[in-house]
Formats: sequence, C-alpha cells, structure tokens
Amino acid sequence: MEHILLMGNEAVAYGAIDAGVSFVSGYPGTPSTEALETVARLKPDGVHVEWSVNEKVALEAAAGASYAGARALVTMKQVGLNVASDPLMSLNYVGVKGGLVILSADDPGPISSQTEQDTRRFAQFARLPVLDPSSPEEAYAMTRAAFELSELFRVPVLLRPTTRVCHACSAVERMEPTPLVKPSGFVKGKEWVIFPRLSYEAKKRIVAREPELAEAQRPFNKIDEINGDTPALIGVACGGIGSAYAREAILNLGLRCRILQIGAPNPFPEAMAAEFIDGLECVLVVEELDPVIEDGLRPLMNGIPLHGKRDGVILVAGELSAAIVESALRTIVPVRAINGGGAKESASARKPIAGSEDVDSAERPVPPVRPPVLCAGCPHRASFYAVKRAAKGRKAIFCGDIGCYTLGNAPPLDMVDTCLCMGAGVTVAQGLKQADPEAYCFAFIGDSTFFHSGMTGVLNAVYNRADMIVVVLDNRTTGMTGRQPHPGTGESAVGESAPEASIEAILRALGVASVRRANPFDVEEAIETTHEAMDEKGVRAIVFEAPCIAVAKPGKPMSIDIARCAGCQVCVKALGCPALSFQPSPKYEGRIVAHINTALCTGCGLCAQICPTECIQPIDLLCGSGGGGL
Amino acid sequence: MLASRLIAQCAMDRGAFARTAETIGMAQRGGSVVSHVRWCNEAAAIPSPLISLGSADILIGFEPGEAVRCLPYLKAGGAAVVSVNGITSAVASLSGRQVEASVFVEYLRKAVPQLILIDGAAIAEKVGSAKTLNMALLGAAADLLGFSAETMLDALRKRLSPRLIELNKRALEEGAMAKEASI
Ligand code: SF4
Ligand code: SF4
Repeated sequence: MEHILLMGNEAVAYGAIDAGVSFVSGYPGTPSTEALETVARLKPDGVHVEWSVNEKVALEAAAGASYAGARALVTMKQVGLNVASDPLMSLNYVGVKGGLVILSADDPGPISSQTEQDTRRFAQFARLPVLDPSSPEEAYAMTRAAFELSELFRVPVLLRPTTRVCHACSAVERMEPTPLVKPSGFVKGKEWVIFPRLSYEAKKRIVAREPELAEAQRPFNKIDEINGDTPALIGVACGGIGSAYAREAILNLGLRCRILQIGAPNPFPEAMAAEFIDGLECVLVVEELDPVIEDGLRPLMNGIPLHGKRDGVILVAGELSAAIVESALRTIVPVRAINGGGAKESASARKPIAGSEDVDSAERPVPPVRPPVLCAGCPHRASFYAVKRAAKGRKAIFCGDIGCYTLGNAPPLDMVDTCLCMGAGVTVAQGLKQADPEAYCFAFIGDSTFFHSGMTGVLNAVYNRADMIVVVLDNRTTGMTGRQPHPGTGESAVGESAPEASIEAILRALGVASVRRANPFDVEEAIETTHEAMDEKGVRAIVFEAPCIAVAKPGKPMSIDIARCAGCQVCVKALGCPALSFQPSPKYEGRIVAHINTALCTGCGLCAQICPTECIQPIDLLCGSGGGGL
Repeated sequence: MLASRLIAQCAMDRGAFARTAETIGMAQRGGSVVSHVRWCNEAAAIPSPLISLGSADILIGFEPGEAVRCLPYLKAGGAAVVSVNGITSAVASLSGRQVEASVFVEYLRKAVPQLILIDGAAIAEKVGSAKTLNMALLGAAADLLGFSAETMLDALRKRLSPRLIELNKRALEEGAMAKEASI
C-alpha cells in the first residue's frame, strides 16, 4: 500500500485502527498525546475514543471493553503508567479477551517529565510483554502485532516508544487493514473476578507461559551482521531508538560488527542472545534509560567483557546520540578495527562549519537562553501575580502541581515552592501546614489536574480539617500538552458537546464551604479575593477563571506611550511576560523604555494595570493620541 | 514543524525515504525549536532521525541567534538560509543580557560562505501574515534543497487545508524572489 509521512504517535494510531481497534482511551501526556488525538481526528466508524479523567480510569474502561471482546488501545506517558499501575498489575492476573494494548511513552532526558523511568522495567516487574519500536515505521507494525500477541496470550501488551520515536516522522507503509473486530459481548465467568485463590493459579500460569511468550516474540528481535563477512568480534546490543543511534554510529565508523536488536525485551530473549554472543570478543549495549538489555545479557556473557551503563561507557541518564555511541565504540574497540576496511567518513573526518579555520569559534556570539516561560497573556501569570501581591509580607508556602503553571516557579514570579506529581499540590499543602503551622499554605492546581487527581485530595482536606487555600487555575483546557478537552470544557475528545462539570459545584459538594471565583486579569479584584480567603480558616478555595490563550481569541495588543514611560521596569520585572522587553528609544536619545511585541501581546491588560505611570494602553487608543512607536 | 514535514513530503514525492525529528510544545512557550530532516534512497542509510553534528547540508534559520545556535550541525561547505529578524528572549531581557540580532547576522556572514539572508518580517507584511515565515524560508531554500516550485506546491496541497494554500503559495514565491535579491 501507499507510503505516508507519519509521526511515531500517528503511526501507533494508524496501527491500532488498521488492527481493528474499537475502544481508545487515554490521558494526555508528552510525548504520547498525539496518538489518541490522531484517532479522534480520523474518527473511524465504530470506534469509541475518549480522553479519560486519568490513566487509571482510562485503563479500567479499556479493560471492560476488552472483557467484552473489543480491541482496545490506552494511551499515556510513562508517569501516567504509575497512576494506572493498580489496574495494570491485577489485569495481568485476570487476563483480557479482546486485544488490549497500552501505549506508555517514555521520555529520556527527561525532556518534559518528572522522572526518567523505564517502561521496560515496569513490564519486568508486572511480568508483561513490552514492545520497543526504534522508528515510526516499526511503531506501526508493532502496534498491529501487539493486538495479536495480546489476544494469543490473553495478556495486556505494553508498547513503549520514546520521545525520539513518538515525535519523529518517517515514510510508513500502511498494510491491508484488519476489519473492525466486532466485540463478541461479555460472557460471564468466574475468571473475571480476582480472588486470592484465582491469583495463585494465575501467577503459576504467568510464570509458566514465559518461555512460550519469548518464542512468540522472536520476530521482534533480530541479529544482523554489518560490514563484511569476516567473523565479527565486536557485538552491539541495542533496543528502541538506541538501535537507530547504534546503526548510525556503526555506519559512520565503517565498523565490522554484529548487532542484536531487541524489540521485545521481556521475557528476555536468552536463546537469541546466546547465539549473538557466540564468538564475540566484547559487547557494547546501547539503550536509553535503564540497563535492561545489559542486565539481561550479563548472566550469559561467560567472561566476555560487557560494556554499557554499568561500567559508565554509556551515559546512565539523559538521551543518547549517534555521536555518543561513536565515542563509546572508540573507547572499547582497538583503533585498527575502526576504519579498517572501507570505512566511510568517520566522526573526526566530519568537520562542522563553525570553528573551522576561517572563523575563530571564540568569536561566535552566544545565542540568548530561551527556557520555556508562561505565554504572553497567560492567565496563570495574572493569578500568580495576584496571590503573590496578596501574600506579601506574610509567611506563605506555594504548592504547585503538574501543568503549564509549573513554569510559575521561574523568576520573576517565583510562585511554585513544591511540585511532586499530579494532584500532589493539594495534599502536600495539608502535611506542610501540620508541620509548619505558621504558614499560609496555598495549593495551585489546574482544571485538568483537578479532575485527574485533585478532587480526592480536597475531600481529604475537608474531612481531616486541614487549613489551606486551594487555588484552581481554571483555563478551560489541558494547556501543557496542547489543549485537550476535559470534563470542565463541555466538549468531548472528538469535538462533540459533553456535560460540563462545574469546579465550584464540585468543591462545594466535597465540603468546601468557602469558594470564591475571580477573574485573574482584574488585578484588584483578584488580590482582594485572595485577601478574603486568607483571612478565613479551614479549607477555602479560589477559582481563577480565564481561558488559556490557546483557546481564547486574543484581544487588541497593548502599546507603550513612550513619552510617558518612566523606564522604571516595573512591568517587565514583576511579570516576565515574553511580549515585554526594554529597548533604547531612538526618538528619545536612546533612553531605555519598555517595548511590547505586538505579535505576541494578547492585550490581557495585566501590565497596564500595574504600570505606575499608566502609559500602557490598547494600541488603537495610543495611535489616536499620537503616541506609540519607538 | 510544518516546514520540516513539507521538505520530507517533497523528498518522498520524488521517491526518497524520509525522516524528521521535531521538538514539540516548546516554541509557543518561548523555547528554541529544532527540526531535523533527512532523506535518502534507502531507509537503511539513515537509521537515525537526528543529524550528527557537522553533517547537515543545509541549515534553515527562522531567527539569526537560533541559526548560530544550530551552526555546529552544519558541515563545512554547507549552506544556510536565514531570516534576519531577531526574536527577543524574555529571560535575557530580564537579566539585561540582550544581544542584537545584527551581531548574529554578522557572524553568520563570516562563518557561512554560502549564506542566503531574507527579510522575513518584510515578506510577512507583504503577504499579510506573520505565520508564513516558514514558507518564505522554504521558497528561498528551494534551489538548495533541489525541489522545484511545483514539487513544493504539490506537497503543500497534500499537507495543508485548501483555504491556506493561496497565502502560503505567495509566501513561497516571495521567499524565492527574496533569495534572488539576497545574491
Ligand atoms: S497586555 Fe501586557 S502582560 Fe498582557 S500580553 Fe500584552 S504585554 Fe503581556
Ligand atoms: S511599568 Fe510603565 S513606566 Fe515602568 S517601564 Fe513599564 S511601561 Fe514604563
């Protein structure tokens, strides 16, 4: 069939659709989000697709669909798997009927996660099969195969691409689709009810099937002889995107070697590994995150040196690259082996343009740092600013949570003192207050995170008579991952209308007697509301309501009347809005004045309200009065 | 992102195998974004989606400072197509470490013999949208990439909704013209 350019996550979606999936659920999380979004965008007939409120819920709902014979896909990021681990562990004991595949995308680096955990390790712990694609095209094929494997062994199957697979694109060949698997319907039986006696039998079954499972997974693993037919002395074992880097490095070095590429590391393919090791003088393992393949090989080595993360030849944390693998190979391989026969240009032969003799690299100007910041016009900036002003001079602790608003920890706001995991702001604040009774304890939580795992924490606070202020930053979307709908938005994953949950009503139902709502962009009102809440006791809540700039239509940008700007820098230093900066004004002999980037400014008006000289106004007003412009 | 996928699509339309690697999510929040595009006749020749340092043939820079940041990827003798307009960094502004865009442009002039500079802001104004800088740059880079205007337009039609085609087509053309002016 045709080749199409697909991102790794899109390839997973197409793979699931082409495998006849009919139930898709998940919770957004980088780098996994686009998989479910793609299914929602394509809206294939007969496929139910939903953003669930959290990963545990997503997996349980998918398990139900699978019990009735549907093929189901669940999507999440690796830390989401922690949330889903409760149903996951039990599900292996109960088993599934329709193929159940769990996409758990890992994030080496980590680039946008709390941890650098490895889903392959999780699979070992849970005794589950896990497939580890090295490219989008492999992600497509493995997703389809995962459904077959799941049904064959009646086991949930994990699929764990990493960021560089999820967010890479390549030409993927779509294969003939399997017709939609029509769910056979739920058949009652005692096997669906987990009981200790049943689990004892199940555990024996799980252990006993492992050799058979390893055999069935043989096609996902392979041995390749690279560069020539003399016997290979060097072996490179690799998995996932590590395979891509390893192959690239070997290509660059022109190295004669044998590759063992492991796409299904659990149970460990011991027979193939033994075949691979046979005759080698040393082995390098190239894998990101944990040394899973390395630990699998170690007992089989028979004294042959094994290099990887355990001896520090490969980095223990962070992403790898072809260059890292090249230098690792150089440290373990005698130089004569490299460039021996028909070597392509090697790393040292490749010369970057910068730093070449013509231009001294010392001259190279250093580009500005660009850490991620809250967007121009972001309502979180306004909320943080108001609470900061209200709490000024009092001892206060600001517990943060997971979302865009974690970026509120950066200066000049500096309003996130703690951040642990989804929903933990609300609960950490309760313990802090007990152990540090003098402090006002604030917990900032976004709307999506509130639905994900904030509500139980609030109930706990009410029940246990905590003393804290819950601040819900309700921007009506899941901002960090690129605006997915959630129960508060009144919209479903496929863009249909849905019942709209009211955060205020939920807070009241949970027993919070004092709930206030405020518009964070009205600075005075927002500060006043915060003061009122601070002066009360018990659990009180403020819901700051203003939409994310990604879902709201931007207003007219603001502009500075530079004739009146005092250059005091209050606006820039208090807010850190990326649309605000300082520039010398040519019109006023280079006097430093504030400047607004009108392409970024959404006209939120925050800076205008705090400017002491009131020189910031909507752009059309200024043009009328003859101001504006540098 | 669209730019890298368009290049990959053009390459595929000419029968090559293509890969891209993208940074997602950071651009809007003020972070720097790099996309890699590779294509070749067979997939095995480009196992990794990432380009190694010192081996890129062409560097397309949306901003001069960012172009300088990525220069180590460019191989000796490689070409660069860069928009001259700077984007200020909020954080650098806070700490008072702002560097003028012209400093980076000057450095690029010295470091990259095969350099094409375009005034992206002027083109955006002409075309009437700041969101078409990517197309203007692609238009300027078309010859270097080895793609004809038709190939690019076809790829554009495959990946964009019809109502956006006209706008982006004009940006492509303006970019190609700006390139002539740059030489
Ligand atoms: S009005 Fe001020 S604070 Fe709001 S986006 Fe514009 S420059 Fe930033
Ligand atoms: S707060 Fe007002 S007066 Fe001060 S620098 Fe900003 S715009 Fe100028």
